[in-house]
Amino acid sequence: MGLALLAIIWLITFVSTYFFVAQTWWLPHGASTSTPWIDHQFALTYVLMGIVFVAAQGALGLFVWQYRDRGSASKVTYSHGNTRMEVVWTALTAILFIGLNLMGSPIWASERFAPADADSVPVEVTGMQFAWYFRYPGPDGKFGRTDPKLMDPSAGNEAALGLDTTDPAAKDDVVTGTMYLPVNRQVNLTLRAVDVIHSFFVPQMRFKQDAVPGLAIHMHFTPTEVGDYEIACAELCGLGHYKMHGMLKVVSQEDFDKWLVTKEAEKQ
Amino acid sequence: MATLSSPVSIDVAKTGQGGGGVRPPAYGGGGDGRGDGSPDYGARLRRLRLGLAIGLTSVTMIFVSLTSAYVVRRGLPTLDERTNTYVRDWIPVDLPITLLLVNTTLLLVSSIAAELARRQITRQAALAPIRSIPGVSLGEGKGFPWLGTTVVLGGGFLVGQWIAWRELADRGFYVATSASSSFVYLLTATHAVHLAGGILVLLYASAVSLLHTPVEARRVVVDVTAWYWHFMFLLWLYIFGLLWFVR
Amino acid sequence: MATSATIHSHAAPLGFIRKYIFSLDHKVIGLQYYFLALVAVFVGMFLSLLMRVHMVWPTAVLPLVGEIKPETYLQLMTMHGTIMVFFVLTTAPQGGFGNYFLPIQIGAPDMAFPVLNMLSFWTTFIAFVVILAAFFVTGGAPLHGWTGYAPLSALSNSGPGEQLGADLWITSIAIFCIASLMGALNFITTTLDLRAKGMTMMRLPLTVWAWFVTAILGLLAFGVLLSAGILLLLDRNLGTSFYVPLVVVNGQIMGHKGGSPLLWQHLFWFFGHPEVYIAILPGMGVASQLLSTFSRKPIFGYKAMVYAIMAIGFLGFMVWGHHMFMSGMSPYTAFAFSLMTMAIGVPSAIKTFNWLGTIHGGRVRFQTPMLYAIGFVSLFVSGGLSGPFLAQPVLDIPLHDTAFVVGHFHLIMGVAAIFGMFAATYYWFPKMFGRMMNETWGRVHFVITLIGTYCIFMPMHYLGMAGQPRRYSQFTELAYLQHLMPLNRFMTYAAIVTISAQLIFVLNLFWSMFKGPKATDNPWEATTLEWITATPPPHDNFGGHTPVVNHGPYEYGVPGAPRDYVMQTDPATVASH
Repeated sequence: MGLALLAIIWLITFVSTYFFVAQTWWLPHGASTSTPWIDHQFALTYVLMGIVFVAAQGALGLFVWQYRDRGSASKVTYSHGNTRMEVVWTALTAILFIGLNLMGSPIWASERFAPADADSVPVEVTGMQFAWYFRYPGPDGKFGRTDPKLMDPSAGNEAALGLDTTDPAAKDDVVTGTMYLPVNRQVNLTLRAVDVIHSFFVPQMRFKQDAVPGLAIHMHFTPTEVGDYEIACAELCGLGHYKMHGMLKVVSQEDFDKWLVTKEAEKQ
Repeated sequence: MATLSSPVSIDVAKTGQGGGGVRPPAYGGGGDGRGDGSPDYGARLRRLRLGLAIGLTSVTMIFVSLTSAYVVRRGLPTLDERTNTYVRDWIPVDLPITLLLVNTTLLLVSSIAAELARRQITRQAALAPIRSIPGVSLGEGKGFPWLGTTVVLGGGFLVGQWIAWRELADRGFYVATSASSSFVYLLTATHAVHLAGGILVLLYASAVSLLHTPVEARRVVVDVTAWYWHFMFLLWLYIFGLLWFVR
Repeated sequence: MATSATIHSHAAPLGFIRKYIFSLDHKVIGLQYYFLALVAVFVGMFLSLLMRVHMVWPTAVLPLVGEIKPETYLQLMTMHGTIMVFFVLTTAPQGGFGNYFLPIQIGAPDMAFPVLNMLSFWTTFIAFVVILAAFFVTGGAPLHGWTGYAPLSALSNSGPGEQLGADLWITSIAIFCIASLMGALNFITTTLDLRAKGMTMMRLPLTVWAWFVTAILGLLAFGVLLSAGILLLLDRNLGTSFYVPLVVVNGQIMGHKGGSPLLWQHLFWFFGHPEVYIAILPGMGVASQLLSTFSRKPIFGYKAMVYAIMAIGFLGFMVWGHHMFMSGMSPYTAFAFSLMTMAIGVPSAIKTFNWLGTIHGGRVRFQTPMLYAIGFVSLFVSGGLSGPFLAQPVLDIPLHDTAFVVGHFHLIMGVAAIFGMFAATYYWFPKMFGRMMNETWGRVHFVITLIGTYCIFMPMHYLGMAGQPRRYSQFTELAYLQHLMPLNRFMTYAAIVTISAQLIFVLNLFWSMFKGPKATDNPWEATTLEWITATPPPHDNFGGHTPVVNHGPYEYGVPGAPRDYVMQTDPATVASH
């Protein structure tokens, strides 16, 4: 039975590790400035944890076979432990875990502690059961007033957000169901939710943030490649959670300006 | 195979079976001097007090979490959709202070009564072996009904709380009027529920006295309940203080 | 130290009702908890089977159940999580085995408060009935997940099942909180006050330490969940706004304002994180016990194991924010929580090293309980090592709310903890029922379950890295998920096989109760106090005698001793440390 256990444990370890190393199913291609940092920290973590994984499972499999009861041939080493070893491996574990965490902290700090750049593109992202809406402030650079009393989700876009068109700042606000962003420019997001908690998740931007009713959460990221990127909702929000998706289109600055102008024109 | 230890022997003279015989009080050991087989009330009291202390820890955690929610909510600004800014919307509740002070006094006196009840029955339990000596009388009457007094005063507190809630409602503060009013009702109601539980146990302790349960057994119940009662009083002081000073 | 005379001695009860239904005997109550958990786990597994089938074949019409709509999937998922976490993982390891064996292992005739013990079981039972009732009311069970985030759980019109079903869910949990608090009180008082002569704290078996610390966690955590639930009931039914700000559901302005959804998360996770340690610590205690017994060697580093249990318990109250990195919580607070979370990995690692150290240099016997203990270690390593990914906020960005998290907690709670229960069952079955379970079928069950659960839950890590969100009823809407469907289907097939294989365990369990070979008093040649009692133990456990303890719990392979094990009650003159 000892040999069978060794075989099973080692096989499971081998197969699991294989798919990690081969990256058969892996993080999607990242296209943001945070991608290299996050992916590097991810790689560091999984290599170190992978080594521990293989070592621990390997030792477990080995020991249960090596120290199987072989009758009179086996002798037990009576011992209550080894304090020095305890201290050593406790210290090493602490250094490993805490060190790993501290290495990732500067990335977290740069993502979340600092506010958006002054020349970032402001976009308000609003989640509601079960759609995402994106609002651009228009030439005046100001988001107009919204009023819950004016909200009508069935009418979509401006009406879904309850845009108060009597407010002059709201007149040039563009609301769409598809998010457009210019490449290589930081976006200054304001995340809101109308009914329950949603979460704005763009895997290829390595970006996720919950949108919470009652809060306007400010976040930023910078896309680095032109392309179409799917947006998924990442916080259970009701029966339509699985189909609350959107699309982020990252285009050149020119195309973005053109698109915005077109949208403004449509409002007339 | 396994070697079992022999039963621990208790060094007490056995002067006969059944109740009513002449026996000296116990020395040391775990027994109460009446010989093997009868319950060790000292150990039972200790165990129940320990259980109470542990149980009160969980009650404390309930109020710690409610306090945390209260304090955080009080300081939390909320997003005003229209102006897109955060505003504080905490409205201090107009508490009926006089009423609450009256209730506090009622509860204080009831706590004193509970303590007197506890000491009274402790004395009665200590003297029980002597009373069982035929021909001995200690000349005490039934004693002042401190236990009943506690129950009445505790009930009075609950009635007073009810009146305070009515007064709050008259002042326009209902459960859902504001976050602050919600907490006032929530904190005081949670306390009241726990106090009512204490009253039920006290009623049980009073009732069993009519059923001729041994006074030592009743003493254990009254002792532990009295401590619970004191905790309920201190808890009330805390809640009142929180609602007043952290308005 | 208490003698048996100091317990409120209740004579052995007569009559079926007093003996089996409202028994005050901790052994009967332990079995009641165990069988409640057994029913619950099969309900929970059935729900997860339906879930896995729907995820890969969303339009399938299933026999008996019919078509599963997206909301139905979420209702199954909510009930699956709630039933498994509360009525299986918080019930069987602690209420089941803890109740049965804690008093015996410390040398006591019963729990400190037998009446309270009986009440705590029946309160748990009522809670179970209430939660099952949620399936049958109008609207059905709630769909807000076992974590019940507000405002989804606080608004009756946020989805199907969020009316009466949600109220029943909260009520059931509140009742369960009260039952758990009663149980915790009993366990702690018993461990502190009823130990036999010579049973010092540092001679307690690690199972007792685990039950003891678990009870402390429960004592401090369940009150907070109770508060959270009461606030949620008030928001739902009395129009308060603890958790709900101004919200508009489908164009309708709801009457709340100013509340904080994050308040629910803080309160829930302040309970929720200790809860997961409540789920795993007893299993760790059992693993330590069995690895030592079946390696014929003392546990490596007993003191370190005790301190590790305490450290896990203590730190367990300081890490709850790691469930909230993406919630809108302050990023500075997130950093603090992440450091504490990495710290809690250290005592867990110590335990793992010590388990390996216990086997090393031993004489390993491969009876079924040991197989599960070994499996526990493997699964704990696998599930535990995905923790450091999630503990780093910056890596939590891609991984939060994906299948990665689901794989992480299932490997630990859904498999390792369950293996702890399998191990405990096979180990203590002879003592409880006087017969042995079948070894061959035990091995078959072990191998299929170990491989099967790895096949179900290890791939979840890959899916999570690829960005597959959790709590999705189907993956048909997102293009980037389509290439993951073959792997999802593989997992569903593995689930069908593995869940079916659990019938082997149940059949073995019930068949062996009546037809298994008769067991001796100490079939495993173990040292702790339950193995000196008669089989099954009499009503007061030790037949009127009070054990006197002279040795620690893991004196195996002592040089100079007459046998390769020294029981805790053997005379002090037998050589040991």
